[in-house]
Amino acid sequence: MLAKRIIPCLDVTDGRVVKGVNFVELKDAGDPVEIARRYNEAGADELTFLDITASSDNRDLILHIIEAVASEVFIPLTVGGGVRAVADVQRLLNAGADKVSINTSAVTNPQLVKDAADRYGSQCIVVAIDAKRVNDHWEVFTHGGRRATGLDAVEWAKKMETLGAGELLLTSMDRDGTKSGFDLALTRAISDAVSIPIIASGGVGNLQHLVDGVREGHADAVLAASIFHFGEYGIDEAKKYMRQHGIEVRL
Amino acid sequence: MAVDIAVIDYGMGNLRSVSKAIEHVAPAMNVVVTADPAVIAAAGRVVFPGQGAAPDCMREIDARGLRSVIVEAAKSKPFLGICMGMQVLFEHSEEGDTDCLGIFPGSVQRFPADAMLDDKGGKLKVPHMGWNNVHQAMPHPLWTGIEEGARFYFVHSYFVQPTSPDLIAGFSHYPFPFTCAVASDNIFAVQFHPEKSQNAGLALLGNFATWNPGEHASACDLSGAACA
Repeated sequence: MLAKRIIPCLDVTDGRVVKGVNFVELKDAGDPVEIARRYNEAGADELTFLDITASSDNRDLILHIIEAVASEVFIPLTVGGGVRAVADVQRLLNAGADKVSINTSAVTNPQLVKDAADRYGSQCIVVAIDAKRVNDHWEVFTHGGRRATGLDAVEWAKKMETLGAGELLLTSMDRDGTKSGFDLALTRAISDAVSIPIIASGGVGNLQHLVDGVREGHADAVLAASIFHFGEYGIDEAKKYMRQHGIEVRL
Repeated sequence: MAVDIAVIDYGMGNLRSVSKAIEHVAPAMNVVVTADPAVIAAAGRVVFPGQGAAPDCMREIDARGLRSVIVEAAKSKPFLGICMGMQVLFEHSEEGDTDCLGIFPGSVQRFPADAMLDDKGGKLKVPHMGWNNVHQAMPHPLWTGIEEGARFYFVHSYFVQPTSPDLIAGFSHYPFPFTCAVASDNIFAVQFHPEKSQNAGLALLGNFATWNPGEHASACDLSGAACA
C-alpha cells in the first residue's frame, strides 16, 4: 500500500540552513548537505529545501547545495523559493532537484505553472499555497503571508491542478509557527477538492498532529521543520507513532 | 574510454539523478548521459529513463533519431527501462493515443478515476506518488539482495498492461494490482524510480551494473533446472 510521506523542510539562506538543526554530534548545524544526509539516514521520505536568500548575488548557492545533496542522497528532493521563470525551474532540475515548488509566481504569473508542467512534466511541478482564514473561507496570501490576493484557496488549488501542478504544498499561515497543529478543515477542503496529492504544512507541534493531518486533513504527505530540527522527535519515532495509529508509512 | 553504461538522453526529465545514482553504486564504471546513437550503440549497457508524457517522449525519440538504436540495444545488451522508459517499450499508450516502440506486446493505461478508492472508501490521488511495496513476481538477478515487498518511490498516472503474464517481474497495489516491473532476456524495466528509492533502489541499480543476462541463461541451461 502507498505510504504517507514525512518530509522535513530546510530553510536555506545564503547557502546555510537558517534554523540550526539539533542532531547529536552534528559537526556543522548550518550545513545543508550534512543535514540532508542525516535526514536521509533517519528515514525521511523526501526533502524540501526552501531558499529564502534575499540577495540576488547569492541565489546560485542553492544550486551548488542541490548538486552536492543529489550526489549522495537518493530520495526525492524538492526546491522552492524565488522561482520566477521556466529558466529557474530548468536550473534547479539540472542541479538535481526532482521537483520545483512555485509559490508567489504562480499567483503573479499562472502561465508559468502551465509552461513549466508542459515542458518538464507535472510530476516535477509543486505549487505552494499559503492560505489564511478570512471570514468564512480561506484566502491565498503571498510574500510569506503578508500580501492578500483576494483568491479563494480552494478555487485556486483546483485551478493549479488544471494548469498542470502535480502536487500542492499547502501551508496554513494561521498555524505556521504556532505548534498548535495543522488547519485540518483547510487541508481537508483542498485535499477533497482536487485529485493530486497534498502536502500539509504549518503548525506541527507534536506527533499526534501528523496523524491528524492524514486522518482528519486527508493529507497525502506531512511537512514539518522545527519538531525535527530541534530534536524533539526523530523521523523514525514519528513514523512508528503514525503506524501505531493505523497509518501506512515506510519504516 | 569505453562507455560501460549509456543513459539515453532524449530531453525527458532529470537524468542527472539516474547517472549519479549509478555512479554511486558502480564507481569504477564509465557512465555517460548521451543522445549520440553511436555512443549508445557502443555502450556495454543501456539505461532508458524518462519522465513526462508519452506523446512527447515518442516525438523526442524520433526527433533525435534514436528509435532504431534503442530497439537494437533492447535486443542485444543489458537494458534497463525506468518510468516512461518502461511504458514506451509497449505497443500503445492511452496517454495522447500514442503508438510506442512495440518491443513488448501490451498497452499503457491510466489509473481509472472510478476505481481510485482505498479499502475504507477514501479517495486515492493520481498521480500515484510516493513509496509503495513492490512484490517480486519472479526470481531475477536484479532483485538480488532486495527484500520481497520492499518500498520504491513512484510517480506516475499510467501503468503498463503486458499481454503476456510471463513478462511480469513485479507488481504493486494502487488499489488494484498493477505491473511495476517486467523482464525478458536482457531487458528489465520498472515503473518506479530506483534512482530515488534509497537503499532498495541503489541495490537494484548495482545489480544492473553487474548483470550478465547471457550467463544467467546459460547457467540455467547447464543445470537443467527450471530457471523460474
